[in-house]
Amino acid sequence: MIQTLFGSLNEEDPQSLSILDRMRKAVSRTRDNLGEHLDNVLAMARAIDETALEELEMTLIASDLGVATATEITANLREHAKRQQIRDGAELRELLKDQIRAILDQNTRKPVVVSAPPEVIMMVGVNGTGKTTTSGKLAAWYRARGKTALLCAADTFRAAAIEQLEVWGQRSGVEMIRTKQGGDPSAVLFDALQAAKTRQTDVVIVDTAGRLHTKTGLMAELDKMRRTAQRIIPDAPHEVLLVLDATTGQNGLQQARLFTESAGVTGIVLTKLDGTAKGGIAVAIAREMQLPVRFAGIGEGLNDLLPFDSEAFARSLLEA
Amino acid sequence: MFENLSEKLQRAFKNLRGQGSLTEENMQEALREIRVALLEADVNLNVVKELVEHIRARALGQEVMTSLSPTEQVIKIVRDELVTILGKDTARFQFASRPPTVILMAGLQGSGKTTTAGKLAAWLQKGGHRPMLVSVDVYRPAAREQLRVVAQSIKANIYEGDTKSETAGTALVERLAREARREAVITGCDTLIVDTAGRLHIDSELMDEIAKLKALLSPQEILFVADAMTGQDAVRSAEAFHQRLALTGTVLTKMDGDARGGAALSIRHVTGQPVKFMGTGEKPDAFEPFHPDRVVGRILGMGDIMSLIERAEDKLDKRKSEEFARKALSGDGFSLEDFRDQLRQIKKLGSMESILKMLPSVGPFAGMQQMAGQVDEKQFNRVEAIINSMTPKERNHHEIISGSRRKRIAAGSGTTVQEVNQLLRQYAQMRKMFKGIGKGGLLQRRAMGMLTGMKGR
Repeated sequence: MIQTLFGSLNEEDPQSLSILDRMRKAVSRTRDNLGEHLDNVLAMARAIDETALEELEMTLIASDLGVATATEITANLREHAKRQQIRDGAELRELLKDQIRAILDQNTRKPVVVSAPPEVIMMVGVNGTGKTTTSGKLAAWYRARGKTALLCAADTFRAAAIEQLEVWGQRSGVEMIRTKQGGDPSAVLFDALQAAKTRQTDVVIVDTAGRLHTKTGLMAELDKMRRTAQRIIPDAPHEVLLVLDATTGQNGLQQARLFTESAGVTGIVLTKLDGTAKGGIAVAIAREMQLPVRFAGIGEGLNDLLPFDSEAFARSLLEA
Repeated sequence: MFENLSEKLQRAFKNLRGQGSLTEENMQEALREIRVALLEADVNLNVVKELVEHIRARALGQEVMTSLSPTEQVIKIVRDELVTILGKDTARFQFASRPPTVILMAGLQGSGKTTTAGKLAAWLQKGGHRPMLVSVDVYRPAAREQLRVVAQSIKANIYEGDTKSETAGTALVERLAREARREAVITGCDTLIVDTAGRLHIDSELMDEIAKLKALLSPQEILFVADAMTGQDAVRSAEAFHQRLALTGTVLTKMDGDARGGAALSIRHVTGQPVKFMGTGEKPDAFEPFHPDRVVGRILGMGDIMSLIERAEDKLDKRKSEEFARKALSGDGFSLEDFRDQLRQIKKLGSMESILKMLPSVGPFAGMQQMAGQVDEKQFNRVEAIINSMTPKERNHHEIISGSRRKRIAAGSGTTVQEVNQLLRQYAQMRKMFKGIGKGGLLQRRAMGMLTGMKGR
């Protein structure tokens, strides 16, 4: 039985095997490092002593989990060790995996049940994390599942962002609602939602401009977009996905805090996991904000977006 | 928010007051705090280990000076160490003896290469150069279009070329680069900035491509564009790019956010090359030479007062400020008209929140950073609205503002009489405070009180 790495992959899907392979490959780079470290730690530590635990804490920090999260995990493991519940490295590994998974899973919000189409998904995040690319891939993802989708080019700020999204729309056969560069993002959102409502489109994916969470004015704009959406569809946006670059360090926490404040983030998309970055900041964010990771981006292709599975993520992170 | 390093050290040293020297024992907790602070700022783990070792060696055996507290002493060592690593040799550019000078931009996806290419062109233009831009990113949708729009906005030359529906690949990339250089020579451009596609350092195909591009163009500068928010992985990507390309420097982008920017230390450490520039905003001129001391301040959580001062110098009308100071300190005092001018000037510096965040969280400004989240920006607008609703005579002679005038002003500005009263009270206090400024020490306390008054209602 093949352990599905990242969640509900359709067994009949002819692509499932290749996706699986690609995910393995993508995550293995992440894995190598932490796994390697961990093996070193575990090899040394026949008995789980303080040095081993401290080394482990440092290893978690090296994966961008952050000091607070790493300390908490280590403290929990220390408690277990004191009560002699950890006898060897294998047990420590299993326990560590469970800890990470439990953090990723706490208070996971169930996806909203949409009463009537369209479901509105807003993509937010700082500059350069991959919002436009993810929007395009997400549209393709829904299309592949037989849903109708509409892209809304609400990044009217960055040069050629609209053209970029348009190419993605063409690739996945999804129509896009646009305005000119420099136009009002709320206005184009309004148009897109009107159109989607009339056409009974299943999903509207809203690509917003990248903005640093410290820019108060730009953050207020997101709030305004939310209110605009609510005027047309009362319970919209149903999902607000924070697109987070897996290379992001501890600043990711601040991003999650402030974007949640202004835009009501409901979940995270972890992008660029095909690099060497570990994306450990997602664990730190889940710990503080109880935000689930919804998708993982693993490449520049149309199908390089996968639903996220915390068990698999935690496991693959620790596999040697 | 983060507790900064010096607060932590103060805790670590609370039992150490001018007794003897810094020893292994009394340093242990301090070193741990330093390590945590650096890690929280995203400095790479291995770099941190090495740094802490250096700091330990330098700190041990030092006499605890009477002039400096142990905390200050250790902070100084840490600061010096970090500034030394980051170096002073920033923003120095290698120009070719025979133009055009070629600058190759390299980096991961989304680090900001295209935006930076545009900013660099604008910076060179300001310095009297004639740069030409070219994008050889034939992979990302609309990437070349993006650079075209950027070039247009700063009125820089760009070689657009023609992809002639040729398949995206190294051959096309090389052709565009060759043509662009020829074009630069013909049109008399002295620099050529080559914007490349973002690539993962483990993508051997694309890394081969950029190595070929380097061989083809023999660029004078190969700049690694890196996101200031990057975490522990920064060393791995920077090292891989450096091994392949022999980088000449780094541009740290998105420094206008609140990232600590520890990646700067990591990248400098593994490449040995200076961070030359930093990107500080979305506008084409939000680009400046890298200042090691400031980034060190940020990494240690000690604010960035230099940037604040520079911003002030850049945006404020010096003549008006001086006139205000003269009036405020002299017998006449300043009028509400002057006060409004000052408010408008402050608003030019950015949000109150961003200003407060730049203040160091120790010393005279202690506690101000923490207030940043509580300041109600709209309060400034309300104050301005109130003054706007006064007649010129009222603005210059506040004493004539009677009860009925107050009612009119409140109605005109959409506020309440209480708010008008509050403003007039604060204004009167400030006038008095400025006049008595010679007595010293008072200003800062009062200014704090004022800010507390500005908190949200």
